Amino acid sequence: MASKAVYLHRDPMLKKRDDFEDILEERRRSSDLRYALRCYTPLLYKGLTPFRADELKTMVLQSDQLQYVINQVSKQTSVTADEVEAEAAAILEEMAHHLQISTIRFFAFVLSKVFKTLFRSVCVNEEGVQRLQQAIQEHPVVLLPSHRSYMDFLLMSYILYTYDLPLPVIAAGMDFMGMKIVGEMLRMSGAFFIRRSFGGDKLYWAVFSEYVRVMVKIGFAPVEFFLEGTRSRTAKSLTPKLGLLNIVMEPFLKGELFDVSLVPVSISYERVLEEVLYARELLGVPKPKESTSGLFKARKVLSEDYGSIHVYFGQPVSVRSLAEGRVNRSQFNLMPRHIPRKPGEEVQSFVNDSAYRLVRAQEENMVLKPWVLLAVLLLQDQAAGDGRGTSLDELTERAVWLRDLCRQFGAFLHWPDHMIPSQVVSSSLSLHRGLVRISEGRVQLALDQAGAEARRPLGAATPEEELLNRAVIVLSCASYRNQALHVFIRPALLASAIQTASSNQKQDVYNSFSFLRNMFSNEFILSPGAAVQDFEEACYLLVKSGALQINQQEVLVTETGQKTLTFLTSSLDPFLQGYQMVCRFLCEEASEGLTEKRFVPAIRKFIVQHLLTGRLRHAEVLSSDLQKNALAALLRLGAVRKLRGRGEEQLEVNKVMVNSLEDTLGGNLPTQKAVVARL
Amino acid sequence: MASNSSDRQRVAQHRLRIITGHLQRPADGDADIQAAECKAQETKPNVASSEGRTMPRRRQEIMKWNGWGYSDSKFLYNKKGQAEFTGKRYKLSGLIIPALKDWMEGTFGASLQHKTPATPILNTSAVQPPTLNEAFVDEIKSTGIPFSHDPEDRVFRAHGHCLHEIFALREGKIGRVPDMVIWPSCHNDVVKIVELACKHNVCLIPFGGGTSVSSALECPPEETRTIVSLDTSQMNRILWIDEKNLTAHVEAGIIGQDLERLLNESGYCTGHEPDSMEFSSLGGWVATRASGMKKNIYGNIEDLVVHVKMVTPRGVIEKGCQGPRMSTGPDIHHFIMGSEGTLGVVTEVTMKIRPIPEYQKYGSVVFPNFEQGVACLREVARQRCAPASIRLMDNEQFQFGHALKPQVSSIFTSFLDGLKKFYITKFKGFDSNRLCVATLLFEGDREKVLQHEKQVYDIAAKFGGLAAGEDNGQRGYMLTFVIAYLRDLGMDYYVIGESFETSVPWDRVLDICRNVKARIVRECKDKGVQFPPLSTCRVTQTYDAGACVYFYFAFNYRGLSDPVHVYEQVEHAAREEILANGGSLSHHHGVGKLRKEWMRETVSDVGLGMIKSVKDYVDPNNIFGNRNLL
Repeated sequence: MASKAVYLHRDPMLKKRDDFEDILEERRRSSDLRYALRCYTPLLYKGLTPFRADELKTMVLQSDQLQYVINQVSKQTSVTADEVEAEAAAILEEMAHHLQISTIRFFAFVLSKVFKTLFRSVCVNEEGVQRLQQAIQEHPVVLLPSHRSYMDFLLMSYILYTYDLPLPVIAAGMDFMGMKIVGEMLRMSGAFFIRRSFGGDKLYWAVFSEYVRVMVKIGFAPVEFFLEGTRSRTAKSLTPKLGLLNIVMEPFLKGELFDVSLVPVSISYERVLEEVLYARELLGVPKPKESTSGLFKARKVLSEDYGSIHVYFGQPVSVRSLAEGRVNRSQFNLMPRHIPRKPGEEVQSFVNDSAYRLVRAQEENMVLKPWVLLAVLLLQDQAAGDGRGTSLDELTERAVWLRDLCRQFGAFLHWPDHMIPSQVVSSSLSLHRGLVRISEGRVQLALDQAGAEARRPLGAATPEEELLNRAVIVLSCASYRNQALHVFIRPALLASAIQTASSNQKQDVYNSFSFLRNMFSNEFILSPGAAVQDFEEACYLLVKSGALQINQQEVLVTETGQKTLTFLTSSLDPFLQGYQMVCRFLCEEASEGLTEKRFVPAIRKFIVQHLLTGRLRHAEVLSSDLQKNALAALLRLGAVRKLRGRGEEQLEVNKVMVNSLEDTLGGNLPTQKAVVARL
Repeated sequence: MASNSSDRQRVAQHRLRIITGHLQRPADGDADIQAAECKAQETKPNVASSEGRTMPRRRQEIMKWNGWGYSDSKFLYNKKGQAEFTGKRYKLSGLIIPALKDWMEGTFGASLQHKTPATPILNTSAVQPPTLNEAFVDEIKSTGIPFSHDPEDRVFRAHGHCLHEIFALREGKIGRVPDMVIWPSCHNDVVKIVELACKHNVCLIPFGGGTSVSSALECPPEETRTIVSLDTSQMNRILWIDEKNLTAHVEAGIIGQDLERLLNESGYCTGHEPDSMEFSSLGGWVATRASGMKKNIYGNIEDLVVHVKMVTPRGVIEKGCQGPRMSTGPDIHHFIMGSEGTLGVVTEVTMKIRPIPEYQKYGSVVFPNFEQGVACLREVARQRCAPASIRLMDNEQFQFGHALKPQVSSIFTSFLDGLKKFYITKFKGFDSNRLCVATLLFEGDREKVLQHEKQVYDIAAKFGGLAAGEDNGQRGYMLTFVIAYLRDLGMDYYVIGESFETSVPWDRVLDICRNVKARIVRECKDKGVQFPPLSTCRVTQTYDAGACVYFYFAFNYRGLSDPVHVYEQVEHAAREEILANGGSLSHHHGVGKLRKEWMRETVSDVGLGMIKSVKDYVDPNNIFGNRNLL
């Protein structure tokens, strides 16, 4: 009975999810102007004492916390406290939002127009909105949306306005400030701006953290920020950043609030506006600096069809219940709470685990469109490639198979069941016709097309340019495949582990699994220290789908399971190959004095060569995201070390270790206990 | 109604017994013997005679066996459905309290239709027969110290006033009780008893006023030896008063009201007034580190005590002089104070006394909200100008206090009340669901009191406080004595509750109040309580570095199968919340057995080890085996 209960809550088929409502439908029927000017009276936090935005600033400047740091800085730098305070006030001025309902109304009007042109629908789970409304009244709320597009935070505010909820204040990167008018507009719609890096600046950190803390503490408005820190260019969730989460949890941990509600929000785009932009960025074309004129130029995006957006407001997570039994809050009892202190190990690991949990909650409620499944299949075909493509019928048949597998794994798949599968496939393909080519009933990625387009202005392109152009298409397509990876990642790691393990003994398979998991934990959302749970989850899913049989000692692949396992291993293949390439590069090419900065261009050259000679098939290995993640993993494992020298930090490669990691990844070396132990 | 009339009969019988008790006492054979024996030790004649002592040996003659206080005083709903307080002892006695019913119904969802009457009479057959160590009993007999195996006597000393203890008694459930009760009448009697207990290995549990709220009096169920309850109530004399040094030497069994009354007769007072002072004893105060309402002038018990004598299995511990302060290593008084009966029995105490103050004045201040009120108290503490007592009640408690207003006699008073209310809520714009009230008590000579009063009201005004009259203040303090009776009324109607306290630094007062109250509400909801609970607090004491906060918590338990368990879970959670928010394990209630699971984190491993090693040295055979604290 007990074990059944354990499985029950984990059974993905039983995951209850809410239905969606399209909020654009109403917009298409009635006046946008009236909508923008309508009466807006949100229900507020019950403990709220109303403050104006400028009173907020005074509160922050006069807080014990900030005053303490100001005095400290003043003593250390022998600048008078008044001057330091003035500096703090300036920082605050640069940072603070200036939330105004009139700007919101303006945006409500403009965005209604824009959304209606760009998107077919903007779907929101209304039950989630109701839960949010409840939560907002009870406790201060922190909104944690996924971050895939610049649109995200405008969209969030738009939705909250639509549902008569209090407008959030949003932590935004300073780069927006470059866009003069837009920057100010955003500020007036509730954005506050943080410098991207302020490493050692104590005063900046103090102002920033106190500003956020005060807003959480008084329940000024829901505080919104992106756990992932930045837009994910790959559509994979990024490993969470902990700074802001730490700040918003602190008032609870220090007893200044009874509770804080964290609300994960999953925003899934059928087509991201920045699709091709991201691919280029990953290939090393630097991202254009945000400027108002740049945005203006981007207006050509307005003429395209970007499908629909799904916004899912997840279950509010109480920080109090997260911390129950995890954090001993009395650790803050012996020191005045306003004296800043680095969070202890216990708190750090708690915040870290919570962050992973929240990102997983975001992932789980991401809506997958049929096209995502097609992207998975087309990419696999391309890599296995004979260059002829796949017949439409075969693609449809495999898509249906994959649909069923996805559902068994608990994916939030929006597959229109009222349409016949071939229709579903063809309509998906047509929305993404820039990425695929259909000729003579056979489908493949539009690699040549892209090449042809690029060739036009330049005349004959070099093979390298051609390769990069093809890579743009591959990476764009990969960004759709990546949306589904969180569904497969654990089973895929298990499938690969079975393939590389020295035997089918459960322990061996687990060792391989745990090795791979550890290797890829900068790449995917794999909570640190949860190897056993992840292993069990993977086993459970594969046994349930009939691909594996697992008894006390052994892990056995069933006859029908081979297909599933092959599929899963090949979805992980680009990453395995990519990490091996990184290892090989470090062993063969890394010279003295390699720095982190020079790593990406150098390895890019190395990989281009391999691709051109045909020794490597996966063009997506060119993604700088993958390369950086691999390097981060090697640094974490100690196979590469940063050496502090004069000037920049240099990378010192432990070639023996990197070599053995590469062999293990390639399945040439069994995962020895020793390797695992060393990791 | 039938139960009502039988109650009255019982009360009448009790009265008869008391009267006969008074008549018989001088003729009591035992008393003669003890008096003779103890006289030898007295060098001076008694300052006060043993006449007029409140506590008889058979406590049940005047006190409830399954509720708080005197048998003749209780809240009940009369035939008209109005609440009234019976008896003649208190200011509220005999008065109708018209608003109480609505308040109870509104706050708890309680109803007069749903009653949970208590078992009226102790079923003595439910009491386990005593397991007696015959050799010990024989030797005790030969000393002539009075003792008893009577079930009623034993049951009465098996409990304090925790909710679970009273709830069980009301249901007629009796657990492990002492096997005998013994009444020493002087220090030497105690020495003899402790010697014999050591000799025969019986377990002694000292019993003072029986007002414990920490399960300190509960007999450990695992105890297999004979348990002897050592009732100190007959050691109740003031042995001498030293007017040159302003000290009095008092036997530790004396209860608060007797001590105060007897000292008053000589023109003095101790000024130590814990809320339980009607029944709690001097020895109990010392053993639990008690705190009094007027500590701002007179100090807490640790400030009042000059000399203590305690009988332990190792012998008698006391200091060799009465110096007002010493630098002689760790203060041995601090081994005694807070030892909660685990090391020995406190028999005699020399404590400071003061002349009775010339003038007393009550007062009260209304604040727009609790935050302002706390800020005001903090400022008063910062300026070190706290009156004898200053207490800040939150809004819920303010409303509760209002519900306890007795029926007003004249139309004029009620008109005046209405006018006051109008002024505060309409004219001054106070939200009647947020405002809170501070009650004040000033003492001293008249001029200084008035000056002091002005100073405090000036500070209050800075925090938006409005003076709200003497009556409100006085009623606030009067209520602290009757409030304990109110729990019994609640228990008649499915409502259970209790209070608990903590001390906390100033900067955390607001946070702890909010979080603990919210935690109680959340836990009740999670545990399936069907009605919203009453969760309220007051700041009752101010210190330089913090305050004492008192929480009241009660709920309607209709629909719960095991209300006491739910209650205990919620209280446990509330205590965890207190500790997580930087509050102490206890300000003055003590640890007992109820809170000892948190002792380690409260005093650290080494601290606990120190306490334990003292216990091991002083009482290696665990004769004082109530198992409190450790």
